[in-house]
Amino acid sequence: MQLMRNLSTQIVLLAVTAPVFILLASWGEIWELLLSPVLPDLQQYIYPRFGLWQLIWQHVVMVFISSTLSVLVGVGLGMLATRGFGRDFLPALNGLVSIGQTFPPVAVLALAVPVLGFGAGPTIAALFLYGLLPIVRNTIGGLESVGPEVREAATGMGMSEMQTLWRVEMPLSFPVIMAGVKTSVIINIGTATIGATIGAGGLGAPIVTGLASDNTAYILQGSIIAALFAIIVDTLLEMVERLFASRR
Amino acid sequence: MIRLQAVSKSYGTHQAVTNLDLTVDEGELCCLIGPSGCGKSTALKMINRMVEPTSGVITIGGRNVREMVPEQLRRGIGYVIQSIGLFPHMTVRDNILVVPRLLNWEDGKAAARAAELLDLFELSPAQFGGKYPGELSGGQAQRVGVARALAADPKILLMDEPFGALDPINREHLQNQFMAIQRELRKTIVFVTHDIDEAVRLGSKVALLRQGQLVQYTTPEQLLSSPADNFVKKFVGLDRALKRLSRLSTQDFLRPAAAVTLSISPEELRRQFRLLEESQCARYLWVIDENRRLLGWIDATDGGSGVTLKEGLVEVDPAEMTVKENYSLKHALSMFVQQGVVCLPVVDDQRALCGEIRLADVLQS
Repeated sequence: MQLMRNLSTQIVLLAVTAPVFILLASWGEIWELLLSPVLPDLQQYIYPRFGLWQLIWQHVVMVFISSTLSVLVGVGLGMLATRGFGRDFLPALNGLVSIGQTFPPVAVLALAVPVLGFGAGPTIAALFLYGLLPIVRNTIGGLESVGPEVREAATGMGMSEMQTLWRVEMPLSFPVIMAGVKTSVIINIGTATIGATIGAGGLGAPIVTGLASDNTAYILQGSIIAALFAIIVDTLLEMVERLFASRR
Repeated sequence: MIRLQAVSKSYGTHQAVTNLDLTVDEGELCCLIGPSGCGKSTALKMINRMVEPTSGVITIGGRNVREMVPEQLRRGIGYVIQSIGLFPHMTVRDNILVVPRLLNWEDGKAAARAAELLDLFELSPAQFGGKYPGELSGGQAQRVGVARALAADPKILLMDEPFGALDPINREHLQNQFMAIQRELRKTIVFVTHDIDEAVRLGSKVALLRQGQLVQYTTPEQLLSSPADNFVKKFVGLDRALKRLSRLSTQDFLRPAAAVTLSISPEELRRQFRLLEESQCARYLWVIDENRRLLGWIDATDGGSGVTLKEGLVEVDPAEMTVKENYSLKHALSMFVQQGVVCLPVVDDQRALCGEIRLADVLQS
């Protein structure tokens, strides 16, 4: 019961967004129904090359692969940089992370093309690099915020460095790390639309085509679905975080 | 037994500890004391290898700690720090069980141990076991901290100013509780403090350090009665005699007390007064009820004038006029002075009379 109360906001949010998302993604005609009064001059209201679910799937694959890599590598780097032996890298990594964050995603993508070519591959690589940054930063921040007295107690009681990390430091910094993961994934969902400019498909495809052919309906389709998708994923991640941090 | 032989620790050019020799016998509570920066904490932390000495040898029960795996060494030594360091994401019970779990105790044994320890520290397992450290008061948290250190029943306890962050009332309460537990468990304890009163009260030995060097290592009585030099004299303070009193408890001066109940007959009362006059050492008869609970006192000089017990009874406020068995003598002395009396009734927790102490006895000590 306590759990349900903790999650009530998220449950309500999901109950609203998920049906709208499914409705808009499954029932193509609804776009024509809703948009024809506002945009009467269009010949086509529905993006013709792929179905919306197909685009969503392409999007999910890109975001899932890149974000999973970002989490694994980002959390790993954060852990290494806060260990005794990795501490020398901490300032360098912090600097790199800050600089990396100031790069616009389009620039990362543009730089990725000459190296990796067109398609989903370079997009995933760019998303991975871009999504790495908030995770590294929050992992370092979270681990550094664990009080020295807690660390001293852990060592003094005979925990090894690894036990201290996994039994004490990670659980304590979990909320902060999770916040970084959330930021990273949400940024990636949005940024992945840009992948369409280099032929990666996904929800960016109708947006790019719509911009090129001056079809506002396509643009709305891609962006509204992507936005709803981002809200749903954010809510789900929020629920995961609360599930683990519901105690205390 | 813990033995430090010619142990030194330097940080760069700074000598934190210089050539320290110290032996703590089994069951002994050794207080390391000195001004801040004297190296007492460093000395303590070298025992469980939180700090590695620059030179010298530390042995525990004859084994060189250098030859043990640090983690295993530490799991066999209870460790309490001033900032407590409870793990905020674990319940009180899980906090206590950290070391037993590191040692792979089975669940049933571990759970029983946690309940036993919470009971020992007067924290109800049902009420506190599932709480998180954030829900505890400072005193409760530090009790859990000490319980955690005792969890795997280590022979040795290292305590780094464990009661330093508590308010005076909580500190004294915890000190008493801790001493009662220590009398029973007889752990070998190294206890760092900067509070000379605490060292004198708790320690069976006191080691005074200055600038990393051992100045005097002896019993608290010796430290107070024959300080080695002016530094020690200054450090222990001018009220050395008073401090010695804090090591003694009212129990040490307890005398049987003459007492009568309200239902006593006038003849018997007169007889008691006569007895008192003959003995010439007390002027009061304590008045108690059927359960030996203290009600008040009656002045023997009134006895001759034939007053009844009811008329002569002076009721006492137990909070102001009585001392308990386990009070420090310093406390009792302060009550003598405050109340302007030469004799105080001693009661137990149920307010039952167990005897009396007299100012004259205390002054003779």
